[in-house]
Amino acid sequence: MNKPKLVMVGNGMAGVRTLEELLKLMPDFYDITVFGAEPHPNYNRILLSPVLTGEQTIKEIMLNEVEWYAEHGITLHMSKEITEIDRVKRVVRAADGTEAPYDRLLLATGSNPFILPVPGKDLDGVVTFRDIRDVNLMIEASQKYKKAVVIGGGLLGLEAANGLMARGMDVSVVHLGEWLLDRQLDRAAAKLLQQSLEDRGITFHLQKQTAALLDGGSGRVAGLRFADGEEIPAELVVMAVGIRPNYELAEKSGLYCNRGVVVNDTMQTYDPRVYAVGECVSHRGVAYGLVAPLFDMAKVAANHLAHYGIGRYVPAATSTKLKVTGIDLFSAGDFMGSDDTEAITLSDPMGGIYKKLVLKNNKLVGACLYGDTADGAWYFRLIREGKSVAEMRDVLMLGEGGQGDVGHSGQSKVVGMPDDAEVCGCNGVCKGTIVKAIQEKGLFTVDEIKKHTKAASSCGSCTGLVEQILINCVGGAADVKPKSEKPVCGCTDHNHGGVRKVIREQHLTSLRQVMDFLEWRTPDGCATCRPALNYYLISTWPGEAKDDPQSRFINERVHANIQKDGTYSVIPRMWGGVTNASELRRIADVADKYAIPMVKVTGGQRIDLLGVKKEDLPKVWADLDMPSGHAYGKSLRTVKTCVGSEFCRFGTQDSTQMGIDLEKDLTGMWSPAKVKLAVSGCPRNCAESGIKDVGIIGVDSGWELYVGGNGGIKTEVAEFLAKVKTREEVLELTGAFLQLYREEAFYLERTVHYLHRVGLDFIKTQVVDNLENRKALYERLRFALSFEKDPWTERVKEGVARHEFEPLTV
Amino acid sequence: MNWKTVCTINDIPKQGARVLKREGQDDIAIFRAEDDYVFALVDRCPHKGGPLSQGIVSGHTVACPLHNWVIDLKTGEACAPDVGCTGHIPVRIEDGKVSLELK
Repeated sequence: MNKPKLVMVGNGMAGVRTLEELLKLMPDFYDITVFGAEPHPNYNRILLSPVLTGEQTIKEIMLNEVEWYAEHGITLHMSKEITEIDRVKRVVRAADGTEAPYDRLLLATGSNPFILPVPGKDLDGVVTFRDIRDVNLMIEASQKYKKAVVIGGGLLGLEAANGLMARGMDVSVVHLGEWLLDRQLDRAAAKLLQQSLEDRGITFHLQKQTAALLDGGSGRVAGLRFADGEEIPAELVVMAVGIRPNYELAEKSGLYCNRGVVVNDTMQTYDPRVYAVGECVSHRGVAYGLVAPLFDMAKVAANHLAHYGIGRYVPAATSTKLKVTGIDLFSAGDFMGSDDTEAITLSDPMGGIYKKLVLKNNKLVGACLYGDTADGAWYFRLIREGKSVAEMRDVLMLGEGGQGDVGHSGQSKVVGMPDDAEVCGCNGVCKGTIVKAIQEKGLFTVDEIKKHTKAASSCGSCTGLVEQILINCVGGAADVKPKSEKPVCGCTDHNHGGVRKVIREQHLTSLRQVMDFLEWRTPDGCATCRPALNYYLISTWPGEAKDDPQSRFINERVHANIQKDGTYSVIPRMWGGVTNASELRRIADVADKYAIPMVKVTGGQRIDLLGVKKEDLPKVWADLDMPSGHAYGKSLRTVKTCVGSEFCRFGTQDSTQMGIDLEKDLTGMWSPAKVKLAVSGCPRNCAESGIKDVGIIGVDSGWELYVGGNGGIKTEVAEFLAKVKTREEVLELTGAFLQLYREEAFYLERTVHYLHRVGLDFIKTQVVDNLENRKALYERLRFALSFEKDPWTERVKEGVARHEFEPLTV
Repeated sequence: MNWKTVCTINDIPKQGARVLKREGQDDIAIFRAEDDYVFALVDRCPHKGGPLSQGIVSGHTVACPLHNWVIDLKTGEACAPDVGCTGHIPVRIEDGKVSLELK
């Protein structure tokens, strides 16, 4: 075996995450050797604060045990600091003489705490707050000594102060700035924070510059002197005044450095064999100290080390959270603001709440929350999505719950939720189970939580809550990306938008072509990406791309809805909810003949036959002699109607006929997710048009169209799109809107989510204002629908997919 | 134990499955992967008994249609982090004929 050799210098979170990503892509590509200066395998540095307070143990914050390295064939050298890189011979050398040759070198040397250059900095009892050793020194000191001083009133300093206080010490915090956390908070919020920390017993010395650390005579620190001459006693001094990228080794070996190891967008240094990730790098002049960007770098570096060569590191907004139990502080993006931003603030000093939202061109760019951080995840998502918040400015401050029903028995805050409270109502997962999984398995993404706990893996309505729990547990390391940024699935790094674009621009017409062109990592995809790709293909190239039944979920493959016991449900189409005696008689006869256990009226104004055996399906369809209701598909479901002007004394329009016309116009339409319509004949709105993907309300002077409503997981009221006069206009505008949605939405994205992503204004410019475009969209829809036949008839009369319904026997 | 021919390989769609019904016994799902490997499992997901034959086949795995557990076609084992196993039945292919070793 002559595998290329990969050596990693530094055994921290960014480096090991790179190896994990690499092993996912190419498990056996490299011979990997890791050097770490610390005597521990990789642990979660962010969680050192709870270890200091005693809320967690060292063992609990381990991310990769020694066994993990062994299982993956990685040679691990702990307690060995690399002191030399010979780039000519391609060998690294440790202080003890250990050597390792490399073909590729990955530098992940992290950062060092900054030590104030003051007299006495080397005294006993002066420590930093960076690694397990520092934490152990602090815990030891807390058992022998009483007076602690923390220099630095930033996140790390306050967490250290809080931890030492929890260990029983008298703690003072010295800070150069005018207020605490001057990089995270403005003065008003900082004052609230200071007050609540003072209430806990911490003393503050603000605007104080440390001039010297004083020797008590025994070589141990005994106090501090400030620049103004004042002295305070101290038996333990913690320096938490910032970090500096650790690039000494790289610089010594001649790699170009500029306040960090300089890397390009692919995390490559000036030596193409050497990559660097994490806090030691300088990317476009910026060094990072938060975990989320480091994980993004890890992904990019792994991708290139695995020779995929597609990923670029692009900085995204980051968020931070103070990990002091009982104090809620969250900030994200550009929370300080500048000349071209505006701020909305809420200040309630008595209630201990302060919130500031920073907007730029009607987009949320930053948020700082103190006292109530429940909506942190939601604001962070808005920042990352970068869409206009113009229409919700007045209620933006109220948070996600203020935007209408969140549909979780009013539960929208995880802070204060007991461990046994149910978060995921579909799979019965409690908060405690999720927290435990995050801590024990070292999880950083909602997807990982879904896999391990099943929470948020069914209907997804609790995803926001799960995100909040994640952020509460791991702070800024939580990877909460909007769907537009996430890869389609584990088979690829491309996101939905990117895949759609390539299919259109490269004129790709088969799954094979897409997977080859985009270098799918699995031979034939998975159950997540194949249905998405199949939809993108047939919706982009109707008539050209061939539908792949094996890439469809069972319901769409056999045109019936699978039930928990493996039987199916059959819902024939009833145009506009109208039926007649002969259809009802046939349905009754079928129910008798096939001993159908349940016959039920659905919410979409039709009749459901439940408990049909799979092999009976074609016979049931033949006897019913009615078209498929597509009640099983990501497709047009029903058009619900009220009685309308034909019988109703209030009706202003013939809503029933309009419903029938729309349903006949759109039947057979595949879409990213299910689509439901309704037509009401007057503003009393008996057909509930306000909660449909397209809802139409007849008024005396014409028809009003509403889009993006939803009555399911989270009730969403449809938004007004336009008012039109004639039946033809209703058909054309509805069709054009749905075609736009079909062409642009991501798979499984309902109209409401598509609408929120692109904005109603965009949709109006496309289908209301631009008549030519409206017409073109509608024509493209008519073209796509011209290839669709009734699937039940095809199976009954033409014997399509016969193998599905005929079991084998011995 | 005896080998029984049940169908030809072309009776099973690629990336698909057929169901073998047996009187008084569990159904068997016979899968054909994209690379023409054929596997047979008891047609019952170890999670909630879903019919695996109805799932989406990719690589040498199938995703259960009920709750998306992913099952290894060769061993019948659920893929991590899920845990469970359904029985697998030895398969032989000769001249395109698929035989199972049935009890």
